[in-house]
Amino acid sequence: MDLLSVPDDRATAGAPASPSTAAAIRLRGVTKDFGAVHAVRGIDLTVVPGEIVAFLGPNGAGKTTTLDVLLGLSHATTGTAEVLGLQPRQAIARGLVAAVMQTGGLLKDLTVRETVTYMASLFADTQPIDAVLEHAGISDLANRKVGKCSGGEQQRLRFAIALLSDPALLLLDEPTTGMDVEGRRAFWAAIRADAERGRTVLFATHYLEEADQYADRIVLMRKGRIVADGTGSQIRALAAGRTVRATLEGADPDALSRIDGVESVEVRGDTVLVHAKDTDPVARYLLNETSAHDLEITARGIEQAFLALTGDHGDDDTTATLEGEPR
Amino acid sequence: MTTTIDPTARRVPPLGGFNLTVLRIELTRMLRNRRTIVFTFVFPAALFLAIGSSAGTQERVGHGNVAAYIMVSMALYGAALTAAAGGAMVATERAMGWSRQLRLTPLHPAVYISMKALIALILGAVAILVVNVVGLVQNKASMPTTVWVECAVLTLVCTMVFAALGVFVGYLVPGENAMQILGPGLALLSFLGNVFIPLDSGSTLWDIAAWTPMFGVAEVSRAPLTGELPWYAVVNAVAWLAVFVAGAAWRMSKDTARV
Repeated sequence: MDLLSVPDDRATAGAPASPSTAAAIRLRGVTKDFGAVHAVRGIDLTVVPGEIVAFLGPNGAGKTTTLDVLLGLSHATTGTAEVLGLQPRQAIARGLVAAVMQTGGLLKDLTVRETVTYMASLFADTQPIDAVLEHAGISDLANRKVGKCSGGEQQRLRFAIALLSDPALLLLDEPTTGMDVEGRRAFWAAIRADAERGRTVLFATHYLEEADQYADRIVLMRKGRIVADGTGSQIRALAAGRTVRATLEGADPDALSRIDGVESVEVRGDTVLVHAKDTDPVARYLLNETSAHDLEITARGIEQAFLALTGDHGDDDTTATLEGEPR
Repeated sequence: MTTTIDPTARRVPPLGGFNLTVLRIELTRMLRNRRTIVFTFVFPAALFLAIGSSAGTQERVGHGNVAAYIMVSMALYGAALTAAAGGAMVATERAMGWSRQLRLTPLHPAVYISMKALIALILGAVAILVVNVVGLVQNKASMPTTVWVECAVLTLVCTMVFAALGVFVGYLVPGENAMQILGPGLALLSFLGNVFIPLDSGSTLWDIAAWTPMFGVAEVSRAPLTGELPWYAVVNAVAWLAVFVAGAAWRMSKDTARV
């Protein structure tokens, strides 16, 4: 079976190769072990500037570990990580990378303005503090103690801090948790506007739907490996597969496999099960050309497909097939 | 914020991110903290007034009197407590994820610790100043002005030992608990270090006490006054400084694996 993956040379396909447009992210054969635990088992990933990428996978898939390597917070056991053509720490020192975590990272006894001023003083170049407060919509909270701010206000402060240095790469961990639909839409509109200026955004999420809606590209991780990598529509196609079940004596698996879009054929006695992206031709064939009866078509839910890709099969080498249209 | 992002146009800040803005904010923050105020201003001065007002404070010691001896000791205790509390803030900041946030900025970890140590020393200086001003106002302590200044400066230098201890314990003990160890711990060390009450030279207790961290620095701080500086006191002070700095550095290096 083919692993759904996008070739590494998409960096050159997406943007003209020149020194100033180095890949925003380039991971080559990255692994990370914590003692006997293999958190990341070999990742190759290239992201071009301006791309919005969703990092999808269950807890323990290795998303956070991979983000830590990109942020220079931990070193890869083997392999190399480059951010905008630099070592992660070098990129951080130039204010090129920022991250927004879900919780923590703030001192409760500082005011909002003090927090932003403190952080701004650490970079060589930053936006003016008043402009940053204004942009984040926290100007009127400037003199409030961080500990007295609501969760939403603290999250806005975290964003203000992250955007201080106008980073070229922004890493987000579950960015819209706790936001209502309207807030979510406004948030992604702002992210999209920044991406058009060349900012690359990589966000970790549990929600396939959000990834599909807002990311240019979805990278699925499971057990420390990338198991799928493609556009939202490619991933959706994977999720949109259906199963045709029919009673048929002496089914011909080869003939069924040849139908366009068929992924797999199973024959269990008198029952035949056909998994396909598009099941209409399968149904037409079965009813017109064979003596099949008791036809039943069931949709494979998005969640089911997601689980199939990211769930635990006890088999580390399971990979997903995706016959999506070329990107 | 409408221009295109150009990654090649970015600079690295000088001095690993060291700057006066952070020092100013950190100082304001410490001085807003009620616990710091009590440790730094109130407690050592009150202790000095309580102990230094008893009988016999006018007896001569070296180039001054007993009241001056007690004043220098109390200034050291106050400065040590303050500096340790300042150092231990590293622990609280780690627990709150602030250190991790700082790791996402150009600030170098060593510079972060240096700035913390500097804050601890500045607050230590304030503590020393407060006790000395109270002593001046009380008008019982007597020693030549040069001795007065020399004692204060030496006390401040010795405070570094406890700033390092604070950082070390801060890394060792999670979160807010660091001060619960450092507070009583420093009181005990001060007893053993000849800071609160004089121990009988040559006694078993004295033999043990001579090895504890407060003993050496106390002798060094009071040396201009007493006019004597035993070699083992200097060795004690330098050795404990080395131990605490090495301990803090060791814990910090372990910490970077996962902030």
